[in-house]
Amino acid sequence: MSVISVEKDVDNLSLILIAEFDAPVELVWQLWADPRQLERWWGPPTHPSTVEKHQLAPGGEVTYFMTGPGGEKSYGWWRVTLVSPPRSLEFTDGFAHQDGTPNADLPTTAVQMRLTGQDGGTRMELRFSFGSREHMDQLERWGAFDVFPQSVGQMDALLAADAADLRHTDPS
Amino acid sequence: MVVDELSDEAVDRVFHALADATRRDILHRCVRGEPSVSRLADVYPMSFAAVQKHVAVLERAGLVTKERRGREQLVRTDADAVSRARTVLDELEAAWRGRVGRMADLLAQPPDSERHKASTGRAG
Repeated sequence: MSVISVEKDVDNLSLILIAEFDAPVELVWQLWADPRQLERWWGPPTHPSTVEKHQLAPGGEVTYFMTGPGGEKSYGWWRVTLVSPPRSLEFTDGFAHQDGTPNADLPTTAVQMRLTGQDGGTRMELRFSFGSREHMDQLERWGAFDVFPQSVGQMDALLAADAADLRHTDPS
Repeated sequence: MVVDELSDEAVDRVFHALADATRRDILHRCVRGEPSVSRLADVYPMSFAAVQKHVAVLERAGLVTKERRGREQLVRTDADAVSRARTVLDELEAAWRGRVGRMADLLAQPPDSERHKASTGRAG
């Protein structure tokens, strides 16, 4: 099981997820740093993602879209605030209009990612924080149900199936 | 400060409920309004009983509640702000569990595919 703990703090509007991978830090970092690898895990198989811009530098931008089964596209962006290869990455994740420009009316989520080597493997810590309760409510109304749950489709498989089954659902 | 730790069983119920496209669509519709079970049954190419079963799964997961009004059974999401926040956190968790699973999958692939690319330089 890759995810080893999830701590949700409803009062402080944050979530901390800790995962462990049986691979060295450098390879886990590449999953984020290489746009071609990033797009292989960011969107679920039903909504494959395409990364357009990928500037991993402070102030840099990452833009992507996910394509649904009917061809519909959901656009998103990151604004990179900190990058320190191969250990940490911080960015703000937000929604974008159909032309890829950031949608300022929708809430953003701050994401902090840290990688630590341990026994030949890697521990990944992800911290998500939301600006306000309203932002979370908005996410629920606009974002969460439109973009996030499409990743949920695989949840059951991921939790219940073994690695062989998982590969089956992830076309490569 | 309330640190919310859902029991494994509760998390499993939520994930199971959200794993099905029809149930996600039902939930989506309940966020925007309060459809009745019979109205939902008109939307999908399945029987009233089948839709009722989907609603029951969502109900067991605590994602929707049913309320009888006259001859109709209305389905709605819990409007309480804290539970909405919790829903968002649950979805975020679910989305990222999916992502982490895919990351692990990519890392587990044999050296002639992604791992090779990662260790010998950027692709594309």
